[in-house]
Amino acid sequence: MYKNFLRYIISVLFFLGVSGQANADFKVGFVYVGPTGDHGWTYQHDEGRKAVEAAGIKTTYVESVPEGADAERVIRQLAQSGHDLIFTTSFGYMDPTNKVAKDFPNVKFEHATGYKREHSNVSTYSARFYEGRTLLGHMAGKMTKTNVIGYIASFPIPEVIRGINAMTLAAQKVNPDIKTKIVWVFTWYDPGKESEAAQALIDQGADVIMQHTDSTAPVQVAEKAGVWSFGQASDMQRFAPKSILTSIIDDWAPYYVERSIAARDGTWKQQDTWHGLKEGMVAMAPYNSAMGSDLVKEVEQLQKDLASGKTHSFTGPIYDQKGNILVAEGSVADDGMLAGMNVYVKGVEGDIPQ
Amino acid sequence: MSFDLNFIGILIGAIMASSVPLILAASGELITERSGVLNLGVEGMMIIGAISGFALMVISDNLFLAVIGSMTSGLIISIIFGVLTQSLLTNHVATGLALTIFGIGMSAMIGKNFVGIPGKEFPLLFVNLKENIPFLGPILFGHSVILYFAFLLPFLTNYFLKKTKIGLIIRAVGDSPTSASNQGINVILVRYSCILYGGAMCGLAGAYLSLIYTPQWIENMTGGRGWIALALVVFATWSPIKVLIGALIFGGITISQLHMQAVGLRIPVQLLSALPYIMTIIVLVVISRDSRKIKLNTPTSLGQIFYKEK
Amino acid sequence: MIKIEKRNDVSPSIYFLTPILAIFLTLFGGGIIFFVLGFNPLEALKFFFITPISDLYGFSELLVKATPLCLIAIGLSFCFKSNNWNIGAEGQLIFGGIVGGGVALLFYGHDGFYVLPIIILAGAIGGMIFAMIPAVLKTYFNTNEILVSLMLVYVAKLLLDYLVVGPWSNPEGFNFPETRQFSESARMPTLFDGLRIHAGIFITLITVFLSWLILYKTYLGFQIKVSGLSLKTAKYAGYKGKTMIIIVFMISGACAGLAGVGEITGPIGQLHRNISPDYGFTAIIVAFLGRLNPVGIIFASLIVALTYLGAETAQIFLQVPKYTGQVFQGMILFFLLGSDYLLFFKIKFLGLKKNEL
Repeated sequence: MYKNFLRYIISVLFFLGVSGQANADFKVGFVYVGPTGDHGWTYQHDEGRKAVEAAGIKTTYVESVPEGADAERVIRQLAQSGHDLIFTTSFGYMDPTNKVAKDFPNVKFEHATGYKREHSNVSTYSARFYEGRTLLGHMAGKMTKTNVIGYIASFPIPEVIRGINAMTLAAQKVNPDIKTKIVWVFTWYDPGKESEAAQALIDQGADVIMQHTDSTAPVQVAEKAGVWSFGQASDMQRFAPKSILTSIIDDWAPYYVERSIAARDGTWKQQDTWHGLKEGMVAMAPYNSAMGSDLVKEVEQLQKDLASGKTHSFTGPIYDQKGNILVAEGSVADDGMLAGMNVYVKGVEGDIPQ
Repeated sequence: MSFDLNFIGILIGAIMASSVPLILAASGELITERSGVLNLGVEGMMIIGAISGFALMVISDNLFLAVIGSMTSGLIISIIFGVLTQSLLTNHVATGLALTIFGIGMSAMIGKNFVGIPGKEFPLLFVNLKENIPFLGPILFGHSVILYFAFLLPFLTNYFLKKTKIGLIIRAVGDSPTSASNQGINVILVRYSCILYGGAMCGLAGAYLSLIYTPQWIENMTGGRGWIALALVVFATWSPIKVLIGALIFGGITISQLHMQAVGLRIPVQLLSALPYIMTIIVLVVISRDSRKIKLNTPTSLGQIFYKEK
Repeated sequence: MIKIEKRNDVSPSIYFLTPILAIFLTLFGGGIIFFVLGFNPLEALKFFFITPISDLYGFSELLVKATPLCLIAIGLSFCFKSNNWNIGAEGQLIFGGIVGGGVALLFYGHDGFYVLPIIILAGAIGGMIFAMIPAVLKTYFNTNEILVSLMLVYVAKLLLDYLVVGPWSNPEGFNFPETRQFSESARMPTLFDGLRIHAGIFITLITVFLSWLILYKTYLGFQIKVSGLSLKTAKYAGYKGKTMIIIVFMISGACAGLAGVGEITGPIGQLHRNISPDYGFTAIIVAFLGRLNPVGIIFASLIVALTYLGAETAQIFLQVPKYTGQVFQGMILFFLLGSDYLLFFKIKFLGLKKNEL
């Protein structure tokens, strides 16, 4: 009985809340896991938000929302305060997003990097960053003199494993002798630790380093040590003008603008988006001319082929570390396999931490 | 073999570079604690130093000014702690925690406009010698002036505490403020000075991070180093020279862990990272059970409020 | 001239008025900060402190947030009252969460009313054991409990990190650093549909009541208070130092462990790397703000919980940066501690004497 009464009160409150804002403008909310000042993952999402704002749509964001008990409240508050579309930009928001979506069927939700779409108003989206890693592998394989590539990794999730594998496969193709050395830092974001990891890899003989963490520290270390490096998430060229060959850019702006407009115009539909170079969700910063115009041309061609689908990052034959075949000759890895990737390909040293 | 030796030299050089912020902050905190004041605000003062140093560098384009500014702002924020604990007689633990929470929030507020700006190159000394002398080169040369200062500081601190009159006074105040006061020492003044000095050193430690080690401003960039510095003071049993050794051990654990990974060894990274804290507890147990060892260096009145009846 | 005199007795009204003074000073200081940042101070303060609790959901969220803070602070009050500086509640919370979470994973897929109580008990014991480390080291090895308990926070954090990344990570979870979602039988029942407020609040309220009972109605409570005032008097009162130190740490650790287990079985539902946004440290503010008094702590936990919610709402409605919440928490403690001076000292305004001019 009392539960029904409460439900009534709540629904009245919700109704008041929603109707009060019914005439107000269409609003889009963003939930960030880090500070917009991280200059990495969150920073790029906020760049996307600014693009939505520039398209004439009102936006709101909440930064540094921990992936614990607080996320659900923040998402719910955004839904309740009249936001019509909400982007939740970290994997850990997966369950809270779906929970809130259930209670707000009229609000649209977009969850980045997750796989649960339990309600018709939840979409998921992610980017095929591994395509960028293939390009990095090609350059790294060509540029290395020591044949050691250093890789700073965050957590052993499929996303990161996929990047390591894609990079190694591409590098092996142009230079069969390369070795990938990996250091796991178990954080997305700790400049001190990332820079120590970069230095350790360089001291271990790596003359090309790349990272699947967010800060600019590794490229700065590479610049100082005079080795090659790549930017991550945003164009980090100005942090290491000599050392950076290119950056993989997470360009969420086109997607955010498109989905916001769709939601405003009533054409938004549930979908699972996994965009790459083709759609521009993964973009490459200008290539450093220091690698020579021939190599730049090669990489540009490879980028075109990856975008058009002529080349695939995971084209068979691909073997795992023990020599078992993962992808048969002549075929390519399907999205299901990519999404759940949890083994190293042949040529990567060490074990995945478990 | 020469290559191996050189590699070890490089390794030691990297460990030294990573231990600088710990040495600076811990040496400052050590003086504060030797005067009997426990300031848990190290992390907060460091991060304030990091942002002020970086902000000043961007605004003035002058590294010297930036370094001085970071020390000044570490000192200024430690005044809050000084006024509260010394003049208003508040609890040291709670005030220090508040200082850390406040400092982290404040630094983010100031830092908003300094995100995504690359730092300036900090001049390194004797770079030629570093590359031309095997083994010793990478250990002794090619560092910033702040690193040399940091490695000198524990010796200076040791001399200062043991051989100078002011050092003696500080120790007297830390061991027994009441009797020091009876001898006519202005306990509050001594403690204020030690707190401000600690603040300045923590500020410098922050500046090392934002100007040299990872030259940029990122929110929360101290990443818990302030807490490790606090552990370090205890680990060193309040002896400046052992601060230096401890910082190298702590730094060594981190760096060698990364190298072990790079050569393909599978190690429980998090458990290794917990080692400095566990070692500190063990050291604390060992020194504390023996009352003679405690008396050697531990400030007896650590964290206790001193009030002089007027 | 102004003359400062030490008070001989503390009047109860000032004792409870200073926290209110601190809150007002914080509001004033906060208003200035908002003004400097370019916001209308009154509007910002309204979004910070009123909007979050202006509906039923918000009020429920306030309680959800205050539940662990209050629970930990109550436990800490036992330690602080007896001059034992346990500042490692965060570690005890995490370790309680680890033990409770481990049991929850053990019971994965089991149904039965007994599952949740066992998990809760395990969490409390976990926190208790972890808190006993600084206590035992203090009593038998004379170590400083502030430093040991602080070091153990990081040990607990790294242990949790290790477990959720490695051995305990969800076998179907693609190596993401988190465990499985606990079974329904291992979850705190929610009290109302659509609200997240859960049965954990009863645990908190019962604990508050028991604490009041122990502190004010038992001999143990008497001993705790007396030992905090003066060791000499305590010895007259038949005080057994070592046992009491261990007991207060055990109580404190159990409370923190309960808070941890309440979070993971309540709003979170699994173990991952951030089960607590530093509740253990924030609870120290709560304990002081509440004057180490059970009723005071209830109010203090609500106020501090509000600074968390307020930082979110103020950001949603005004785009006030998130970190203002931290600045507020720091300020409230500064002002509170500072205004305590009034407790122990009288400031007398005397007429100016001519020869002093």
